[in-house]
Amino acid sequence: MQTEVIISGFGGQGTLFAGQMLSYAAMDAGKEVTWIPSYGPEMRGGTANCTVVVSDEEIGSPLARNPKAAIVMNLPSLDKYEPLLQPGGVLVVNTSMVNREPTRKDIKVVLLPANDIAEKLGGQRLANMVMLGALLGNLPTMVTLEDLEAAVKAHLPARHQKFLPANLTAIREGAAVKAQ
Amino acid sequence: MARQLLKGNEAVAEAAVRAGLQSYFGYPITPQTELLEYLSHRMPELGRGFVQAESELGAVNMVYGAACTGARTMSSSSSPGVSLMLEGLSYIAGTELPAVLVDVMRGGPGLGNISPSQQDYNQIVHGGGHGDFKMIALAPCSVQESIDLTVLAFDLAEKYRSIAVVLTDGSIGQMMEPAELPEMRPVKFMDTDWAVRGAEGRDRRFLSSIYLDPPQEEQANLRMARRWEEIEANEVRFKEYYLDDADFAVVGFGSAGRIALSAVRQARAEGIKVGLLRPITVNPFPAKVLKEVAKKVQGMLVVEMNAGQMLDDVIRITNNCVPIEFFARLGGVMPFPEEVLVEIHRLAKGPLTTEGDPRSRWLKRASAAR
Amino acid sequence: MVAPETQGQKVYSRPESLTVTPTHYCPGCTHGVAHRLVAEVIDEMKLRERTIGVASVGCSVFAYNYFDFDFVQSPHGRAPAMATGVKRTLPDKIVFTYQGDGDLASIGMGEIVHAAARGENITVIFVNNTNYGMTGGQMAPTTLPGQKTSTSVNGRDVETQGFPIRASELIATLDGASYVVRRSLNDPKNIRQAKKALRTAFEVQQRGLGFSFVELLSICPTNWGMTPTQSIQWLEEKMMPFYQLGDYKISQAVAGLKF
Repeated sequence: MQTEVIISGFGGQGTLFAGQMLSYAAMDAGKEVTWIPSYGPEMRGGTANCTVVVSDEEIGSPLARNPKAAIVMNLPSLDKYEPLLQPGGVLVVNTSMVNREPTRKDIKVVLLPANDIAEKLGGQRLANMVMLGALLGNLPTMVTLEDLEAAVKAHLPARHQKFLPANLTAIREGAAVKAQ
Repeated sequence: MARQLLKGNEAVAEAAVRAGLQSYFGYPITPQTELLEYLSHRMPELGRGFVQAESELGAVNMVYGAACTGARTMSSSSSPGVSLMLEGLSYIAGTELPAVLVDVMRGGPGLGNISPSQQDYNQIVHGGGHGDFKMIALAPCSVQESIDLTVLAFDLAEKYRSIAVVLTDGSIGQMMEPAELPEMRPVKFMDTDWAVRGAEGRDRRFLSSIYLDPPQEEQANLRMARRWEEIEANEVRFKEYYLDDADFAVVGFGSAGRIALSAVRQARAEGIKVGLLRPITVNPFPAKVLKEVAKKVQGMLVVEMNAGQMLDDVIRITNNCVPIEFFARLGGVMPFPEEVLVEIHRLAKGPLTTEGDPRSRWLKRASAAR
Repeated sequence: MVAPETQGQKVYSRPESLTVTPTHYCPGCTHGVAHRLVAEVIDEMKLRERTIGVASVGCSVFAYNYFDFDFVQSPHGRAPAMATGVKRTLPDKIVFTYQGDGDLASIGMGEIVHAAARGENITVIFVNNTNYGMTGGQMAPTTLPGQKTSTSVNGRDVETQGFPIRASELIATLDGASYVVRRSLNDPKNIRQAKKALRTAFEVQQRGLGFSFVELLSICPTNWGMTPTQSIQWLEEKMMPFYQLGDYKISQAVAGLKF
């Protein structure tokens, strides 16, 4: 079984980090995983996205034209990835940063104001973990929420360990939001 | 050792350290720079040599000097930087010295871009500077293979007094995957009768690529050619997927190979009997197994991230015994498995021909599609 | 050369660091003098078994045939980079380059400037004879204004062919350089001065004091189209006013050096 996830947003929204946490969770759960960023020449700003592929066997392509799931943190990402999602796929939308709802009817849509939720939990920087929690809450076949929580505990950089409880709360808050 | 989530470029750098890298010389160029950055702190921390050179010209000649001492030494760069290094590579080869180069290929020609491509196949396999010499070229497709082949590159370079190139690309370099690093090996100078480390208690030695007497230069060239025969006999590496009962075969190395694997699996799920041959050494090329596969299958598809640089080798080696089709994305664009799958469908549907030029047919299709 | 003997006492002999090989240098060329001075200094400092020379491309390309210690031979202009590679791998050895003016100041300008800027603990011996000798006397970056060469047949025209580069002065501007001097091989007094400078340069390296650079004004009778005597005179009258002898950089640590 293979699942492809694209996590996309503005630079600074923590999309690459969220992808890495998902990758750690998959690795620690004994699965194969690839994480690949889309990288541009600029050091700051612009869009930032990564593709994570989780599988039970040797992974072929690290990129997916039609991913199983997408976490879109802003409007350009929604516009770009909604049409590309596989039928039956999961689209997690940060409604804090978009001004429209997805139009496709053949996919599962999870809507949540991740920035607002994060703000209440201690800061905007938790929005990525809220979104990641929402993905796994609605797509448990890839890795479980417990896998992710264990991975965040194990791999959150030492200088950020004080934010661990907030990160775990963010994941759970996100996971509580169900697809429409 | 346990699996760690490692970035390709950093994994290669640490693998080199553990393989006994004694001195490293490099210059910044995307998408390779993480190697330079990582080693800039890792090497001094271990008391080993590190210099950020003034240019790739400087870097490759520093490697040349270090290689003369019989130390394990390397540089890394990306396509345009490797072009600059060709002078030094020819000299290192002409002096018959072991050295390792990591080439993290990007889009081109010219300045091009920083996205993944396979544009350096010819430069490394058929070019590499003036003269009759060849470089061992190892083409990993994953982070784990990048680690394993980096260690192997040092061993082969030392064994054959040759240049070994780890030919990777921007996607493998930037990608993170779970991988296992090897144990740290001790740093030691090669036990040789040629290394230059000061003539203490022995006759002087000198190392040079200059043979002013043509018959002597001819002998040196013959020695290199014979050494290459030995390398061809002993060091060919490749991986086969689903080829046992295959009616069709895809051939691709590195990133193109692993992307093709996804397409091959999808085709298999649809009932198409297709397999994949992924050369791991692109030099020496796995010619024997390619010929065997070619005889078994009804058609072959070559997939690359260049305009058919390896395709020319596949055509030459199979010598018209099998119909060949070609597919590529260029200039830093990575193919999606779906695109390769379309080509596999075309192959399976036929009609197939050994007439004409696979590259022309692909160009015609590509022009029609875009 | 056979050492002449006077009353059984040897007063002159080949330095141990020179091999018994007739050189390929033209009659009257000062490369031979420069080689001998380097060999004498290496002998005096007992460095023969610890020294690795880096030959360049040009007339001195075969230097490795004449010195009796380990040698490597670099691509054109890249000797300082190659020496960096050797030295960084073998920090306890003595590493020097021996380069001409086309090699160092033209194609190899990038390598020499950055080796100096890094303060590489190597010694560079720079032989300046104002032309590309090996290829038959073409204009070099050191060719004087008005000087005739095979690529400036009417004399170097600075309007179209640019100005000469004074390498010692240029290198001396770099903080990484510890010892930068210009000497000349035109007469016994200056040759003795040159030897002293070479000794200092190797002492600087042996003590880990950083980058040392000795420029030696030399003659090229064959390509200049002069006799050796005329060449010496030309060096004194034309080169020395333009390339003034002197100490261009003596770092504080080097100034205090005693040996």
